[in-house]
Amino acid sequence: MATGKPYPPAGSGIRVRPWQDYSSVRPRFRLFCKSLEIFTRSHGVWKLQGSYDSDVSIPNYPDLTVHNNWMSRCLTGDIYKKLKDKKTQSGYTLDGCIQTGVDNPGHPFIMTVGAVAGDEESYKTFADMFDPIISGRHGGYGKDAKHKTDLTFENLRGGDNLDPNYVLSSRVRTGRSIRGLALPPWCNRAERRDVEKILKEALATFDGEFSGKYYPLKGMTEQEQQQLIDDHFLFDKPVSPLLTCAGMARDWPDARGIWHNDDKTFLVWINEEDHTRVISMEKGGNMRRVFQRFCTGLKKVEDVIKSKGYEFMWNPHLGYILTCPSNLGTGLRAGVHVKLPNVSKHPDFDHFLEQLRLQKRGTGGVDTAATGGTFDISNADRLGMSEVELVQKVVDGVECSLTWRRPWKQVCLFVCLLKAMEAGKDVYTVWPKAYPDLTKHNNWMAKCLTPQMYHSLVNKKTDSGYTLDECIQTGVDNP
Amino acid sequence: MSAFFVRNARTLAAAGGVGVAAASAWYYGNQTVDARVGGARKMYPPSADYPDLKKHNNIMASNLTPKIYAKLRDKATPAGYTLDQCIQTGVDNPGHPFIKTVGMVAGDEESYEVFAELFDAVIDERHGGYGPNDKHPTDLDWTKIRGGNFDDKYVLSSRVRTGRSIRGLSLPPACTRAERREVERVVSDALANLAGEFEGKYYPLNNMTDDEQQQLIDDHFLFDKPVSPLLTCAGMARDWPDGRGIWHNAQKNFLVWVNEEDHTRVISMEKGGNMARVFQRFCSGLKEVENQINNKGWEFMWNEHLGYILTCPSNLGTGLRAGVHVKIPRVSKDPRFENILKALRLQKRGTGGVDTAAVGGTFDISNADRLGNSEVQLVQIVIDGVDLLVRMEKELERGRSIDKLIPKGDGRGL
Repeated sequence: MATGKPYPPAGSGIRVRPWQDYSSVRPRFRLFCKSLEIFTRSHGVWKLQGSYDSDVSIPNYPDLTVHNNWMSRCLTGDIYKKLKDKKTQSGYTLDGCIQTGVDNPGHPFIMTVGAVAGDEESYKTFADMFDPIISGRHGGYGKDAKHKTDLTFENLRGGDNLDPNYVLSSRVRTGRSIRGLALPPWCNRAERRDVEKILKEALATFDGEFSGKYYPLKGMTEQEQQQLIDDHFLFDKPVSPLLTCAGMARDWPDARGIWHNDDKTFLVWINEEDHTRVISMEKGGNMRRVFQRFCTGLKKVEDVIKSKGYEFMWNPHLGYILTCPSNLGTGLRAGVHVKLPNVSKHPDFDHFLEQLRLQKRGTGGVDTAATGGTFDISNADRLGMSEVELVQKVVDGVECSLTWRRPWKQVCLFVCLLKAMEAGKDVYTVWPKAYPDLTKHNNWMAKCLTPQMYHSLVNKKTDSGYTLDECIQTGVDNP
Repeated sequence: MSAFFVRNARTLAAAGGVGVAAASAWYYGNQTVDARVGGARKMYPPSADYPDLKKHNNIMASNLTPKIYAKLRDKATPAGYTLDQCIQTGVDNPGHPFIKTVGMVAGDEESYEVFAELFDAVIDERHGGYGPNDKHPTDLDWTKIRGGNFDDKYVLSSRVRTGRSIRGLSLPPACTRAERREVERVVSDALANLAGEFEGKYYPLNNMTDDEQQQLIDDHFLFDKPVSPLLTCAGMARDWPDGRGIWHNAQKNFLVWVNEEDHTRVISMEKGGNMARVFQRFCSGLKEVENQINNKGWEFMWNEHLGYILTCPSNLGTGLRAGVHVKIPRVSKDPRFENILKALRLQKRGTGGVDTAAVGGTFDISNADRLGNSEVQLVQIVIDGVDLLVRMEKELERGRSIDKLIPKGDGRGL
């Protein structure tokens, strides 16, 4: 400085990194690379950045060679270069979005997203990165696709009598963000307190079924805390590095709290991972009532905050805006705790769930494994389908009294299998046999026996044990 | 005319100083790169944003009044670092069981100037009284040391450590990946040019073989990703292990950590009680490294007021901790032990580091001060203090009293 020479010295270059071949990567890291193809693809991306040594314009590009999350798959050097100097109006940057994904290369159970939004605008400003992440995470959602929002609970068919012998509890949750205020990774203390104030005041106006009380985390009495723990309502300071590295635990427990109604069936978390998480739940299998309460409660909250001049973050492309891209659209997870000790042991159980667009978790939440054959079964999708459609999927998938009118073959297969296995039958005696090939046939049976009819009757038996297959065998054998 | 200047020199100097201060305050004050400006984001008064520090017991919480917060909240350093970022670690960590933590960090060299009002108060409390106009002496002339060769039966090992930051690059809480990698490059290039007793090798954390890793663990050289929330909440573990590494010489008695809690931590150590030699190697090594980076046009962060600039205000000045592992089971049981250490300006720790307790009467004894005394002075303090402790231990071994040896006062007269 004193010498008058320029400082820092010019030509501060980029470190030359040697190309690493796969064999030199330590075994521990290979765990996160589910396939060689993914690894070499991310490796290839790394190398494409002018081997990093000649491309001096992106010295800040993160080292994602051992990473396996959606961000590391989608954030190429070109995209990084394009977005690295942009900021949202509140000042959030791309580096802010991706910090959690850089610090957490992978997760043992799930493919994490690896990027968060600091505010509503992030999804627009950094669309070049978020669009492919959203598409990947939500099974191919186009950047011009429209998301449908439907919270008319009357549109749900059935769902009020999921067998309580199997279904222990039903729960629907989503999140909502207050437009104009930054999201948990980026909000300052004043904004966070503002979110708390807006919601606290809105919830205080409720009565009847929704009459309730707010418990701020700061200043909770020992008694209140114990009660909330016993009710399984209390949320704790996040310890998962996925959340802490994104800055969501800052200033804990300032402006965090829990509100629930007196019946303990409607619950709102404030300033945990999102501005709000809204949860409707009860014991047993009346998903319909849970969903009704959910929709009614949400509408009430929205009406009150609108009267104060606020609104929820929402747009026709991404639906409801939340911190994590995985929760966009509906942000809805409708699930049941259901006892499936036998059918869950079937090797095709996961495949069935996938067909039904359902996912399983342990009853302790996303990072746990199931114990004692009791699973948390919920919808796998969030975006691209409406709330009613998603809850319908859960209801249909779990419901045991499905009629053949539903054209959904896999559901019938699964439900038949479910029922039979829970009754202890050997799977291969009840495995729904394939609908016979009747394309070349010309007899009354072939004309009348539709696939739906077949699947709804195939497992029935007369008192003497005669089955449908035996009835139609002659017609199958003689076209 | 000249008489006017002479007589009023002080006033003029003060006016000039105020002028410069005002100009720089205006300059820094107008660098409002704070994110709250403009657009759809709501503007809040500072009172709405003031952290809740009622349950807090750290130095930042003791000194951050609402008034100071209001004044500094909307400022930012030229790199964009804000007060909220400085204090985040102190807000998230109300207190520590053993020590009153500082509760704030600097993101870059300019933080200490832009947020001077808070930093000055914190520095004053942490360093036992240090005014905003005080000067810090830097002295790395090892030839001035007297003594420093302890009895190996009592002193098991000797160690001197400090930190250095590369001027122009942000510090670990705020640095971008590019800056961190640049620090790594500058430092490892400089170290690669060292020769003789300082010839060594650099081991980057993200490219280490299993063998190398095991060796570094066995040598007690390897540092791991920080788990202490004091560090993680300040953002120092971001992008781990990108840009981090360890360098040591062939003899394994001179060690440099790159991009852990500071840009660099420089450590000189060896078994036994030859603190004088450890300090000599320390000074020569530091000088060599500084020459190397100067050749390439870089400098260390340093100024007359705060000495060497490091991330944590507790390490300003010398950033130096000179210590020994010493066996003093008898002296340590004396009820006057704490006061003896205080009078000698020493502190004790367990042999596992700052967060541990002592085991079997073996203590880590080091200097308590960092700022206000030079490196030579601090090492002399340690040498003299440990000499006295060992003498006391020997007296107690012979069953004699140590009453005459107890130091008086708080030792500041040194």
